[in-house]
Amino acid sequence: MNNEEVLHEKPLVVHDAGHAIHEHHHQSFITKYIFSQDHKMISKQYLLTGIIWAVIGGFFSVIFRLQLGFPDQTFPFLEDIFGHWAKGGRLDTEFYYALVTMHGTILVFFVLTAGLSGTFSNFLIPLQVGARDMASPFLNMLSYWFFFLASIVMFSSLFLQTGPASGGWTIYPPLSALGDAMDGSKGGMDFWLTSIALFIISVLLGGLNYITTVLNMRTKGMYMTRLPLTVWSFLFTAILGVLTFPVLLSAVVLLLFDRHLGTSFYLSDIVIGGKILPNEGGSPILFQHLFWFLGHPEVYIIALPAMGITSEVISTNSRKPIFGYMAMVGSFFAIASLSFLVWAHHMFVSGMNPFLGSFFVLFTLLIAVPSAIKVFNWLTTLWKGNIHFTPGMLFAIGFVSLFISGGLTGIWLGNSALDLHLHDTYFVIAHFHLVMGVASMFGMFAGVYHWYPKMFGRFMNHTLSYLHFWISFIGAYFIFWPMHYEGLAGMPRRYYDFSNWESFKMFGGLNEFISITAIIVFAAQFLFIFNFFYSMYKGRKVTERNKNPWHSTTMEWTTPIHPPHGNWVSEIPEVHRWPYDYGKDGRDFIAQTEPVGADESKH
Amino acid sequence: MNTFFLIAIVVLIFLVIFQISKASEYVSILKGEEKARKQNNKINGFLMIAFLILGLIGVWWCNDLLYPKTLLPHGAGSSEGNSIDTMMWITIVITGIVFFITQILLFWFSFRYQESDKRKAYYFTHNNKLEIIWTGVPAITLTILVVFGLKYWFKFTADAPKNSQVIEITGHQFGWEIRYPGRDGILGRKNYKLTDPAKGNPLGVDWSDAASHDDVHVPTTMHVVVNRPVKLVINSQDVIHDVGLPQFRLKMDAVPGTPTTLWFTPILTTKEMAKKTGNPDFVYEISCDQMCGRSHFTMRGVIVVETQKEFNEWWIKQRPEYLKAKQFLTTTADSTKTVALENHQGSIIK
Repeated sequence: MNNEEVLHEKPLVVHDAGHAIHEHHHQSFITKYIFSQDHKMISKQYLLTGIIWAVIGGFFSVIFRLQLGFPDQTFPFLEDIFGHWAKGGRLDTEFYYALVTMHGTILVFFVLTAGLSGTFSNFLIPLQVGARDMASPFLNMLSYWFFFLASIVMFSSLFLQTGPASGGWTIYPPLSALGDAMDGSKGGMDFWLTSIALFIISVLLGGLNYITTVLNMRTKGMYMTRLPLTVWSFLFTAILGVLTFPVLLSAVVLLLFDRHLGTSFYLSDIVIGGKILPNEGGSPILFQHLFWFLGHPEVYIIALPAMGITSEVISTNSRKPIFGYMAMVGSFFAIASLSFLVWAHHMFVSGMNPFLGSFFVLFTLLIAVPSAIKVFNWLTTLWKGNIHFTPGMLFAIGFVSLFISGGLTGIWLGNSALDLHLHDTYFVIAHFHLVMGVASMFGMFAGVYHWYPKMFGRFMNHTLSYLHFWISFIGAYFIFWPMHYEGLAGMPRRYYDFSNWESFKMFGGLNEFISITAIIVFAAQFLFIFNFFYSMYKGRKVTERNKNPWHSTTMEWTTPIHPPHGNWVSEIPEVHRWPYDYGKDGRDFIAQTEPVGADESKH
Repeated sequence: MNTFFLIAIVVLIFLVIFQISKASEYVSILKGEEKARKQNNKINGFLMIAFLILGLIGVWWCNDLLYPKTLLPHGAGSSEGNSIDTMMWITIVITGIVFFITQILLFWFSFRYQESDKRKAYYFTHNNKLEIIWTGVPAITLTILVVFGLKYWFKFTADAPKNSQVIEITGHQFGWEIRYPGRDGILGRKNYKLTDPAKGNPLGVDWSDAASHDDVHVPTTMHVVVNRPVKLVINSQDVIHDVGLPQFRLKMDAVPGTPTTLWFTPILTTKEMAKKTGNPDFVYEISCDQMCGRSHFTMRGVIVVETQKEFNEWWIKQRPEYLKAKQFLTTTADSTKTVALENHQGSIIK
């Protein structure tokens, strides 16, 4: 389906230049803001939902950090909020685990998958490849609404009498399969599984759309090798999602069978609460294989879009081409392919065959090579640049720093012999929060700050964004850097209280410090949220003069300040060059749409 | 009242920040936006280098403060643990070098190449030589780490030495059960369907297997002999647990239905380690490292590492579990036996 066909399928879009803007007024509130098929509106829906989830997920972490930092104190306000889950102002242990589980699930799936790649793939793919909309705007709309449904189901589970799922976001059976094992494995787990099943549908609908749009709907002259790195990253992300999420669905369905139909896929030889279960022959390790076959690529589903955004923002604001464009694309490809071959490095101590484990060591450490290439290329892009510290740029630099810090510890954990010691300790917490949690969050912030003027036609307040950056950046290191030391002391994750342990009780003061920092950093995020919503209505307006505020070469800035559904009012411009002609031949930047001059130098 | 006060202060701080930010926007328009932007650029450029310097000091300070609390200064309690520590040090050095180089370059470049009217960005798109170097060097370094890692990995996961003391450890919500083979050195067969704590059989031992008659079952605390390899046979009765042995630098999951094993050689007795760490209360703890339910964090076991003499003194006081269970067997002998025989092919551990 080509660009024009997409448009002609629907009544209320651009038919020709003159009427475009006027026709938009006919859209009702519902078709424009709710059941919208415009990729830009869908992207905003994703972003908004993502922000709401991020606040909930972040708030949960603050609550359980209160317990970890101040295990002897009571907080009466908790009882006001959570009722019987926090009797007398002290978190129930079961509810502590529910919070941990929900924090992980929400952040991994709803914020950093849907909120990040959902927002930016939707917003940027059509705008940057020069398409009027996604290949199938209708499926794109469905993708958001399935995500919304998944959100509703997950949110409802918070109000169950037995509480939401609480066996950790990895929901390993038998714990998650047996209601007798813990309260969260009763109704909450069914809600969790239903919600994730809906979410998988959403990811597939979205992903297929992204892939098709990138492959089929590029404007004239937009060869694959002229795609901005953002689009490359979204393409690989979508491919990973489409190939791995169905495997999670199979894991989810089999778990549902074990829960309700008496099958024994994951269950064997169990005596629980004095009851001897009849299940024999299943293997809990099977679930771990299925889960991590998604679970590890999922890490890259989260990280790749952030890398793409970072590449784009760093190049633009260094006023310099990205260094090694082909190497960047190549390393995306390498990371994406290798990510299918590393899943079992989460399972070195699961009782898996050690010989099999050795292959996963090899591939896991191999994946460090393309990651290293990326870091070196970003550094070289900064070298001899002329750096503008826009808010987006600050977050992109922050991303690189966090990615290095968190990435290097991956080399420790991927080496199975070291993992024997460090597995499931705070070292792991520090590692993945830096490399994919906070780093990808930073990628997302970079994206929001960078493309906000295009999204809403207004600017965000810079002073607030600078504050937001520096508090978050310093705070992230304050929180997660010392956790490495806790991990090196063997301190296990997912513990409610360490005070009875001779081996782990010496970190009381540190945990208090981490918790206080976490609360401050969480509060600082409201600077962003306030800035985001306030600027939507009161921010300085983008004018014709600074329509391309960061002086970018890419196509999205050639659209009108408020692009109509269809993006370009007249014909879609043709592309003549790659997207990184910054500082070429003494010119600050040359837009992709500008034809190559006769006397222009070659690169 | 206090809470109200706190909320009021937070809201006030936000209001002040917001007002300042709004004012700064107006100021920048009055001053000329370009000029204001460049000023901000200088401030952020300076903050980049400040962050680097303070960050490096912070890394040193944090290490000074927290390193003594980690396990590294005292060495491991097992010979395998010492190998893991050696490997960890190699990894720390290699990743540490990369960490400092790349972070310093990142912030130095950010500061050094901040916007200046005098400089034009250098149009530099690629350089094959550079790219080959920084693909090759990491690849070679990582190969070294892989070779080291796999050498130890295969060593630790190979069969336990012949002279190992075999001990079974079984996890359940929320505790550890320990079973020793008796004189025959063989752990009696188990079948989870025979589990019946009321009849003195909490582990589901199949009493029809004569090898089980001298097995000793103790809760929570495991006694082992220093310098003699220990082979753990790990089981779980309900959900997945994990035998975490931080001082020995090892851990292994306890999976229901799939027995796992782990072996190590303790080299320091509990008393020696207490002296070495300067902590008189020191004990080797078994922590459950796999989320297993609401009281996961209380699932604690203890390993007492002692000399052969001390171990013998303890061992001589232990009675086989069978003696306790026998009374139930004589009263209901027939039915138990039939069940035992029917489930003969169930999960068997030797």
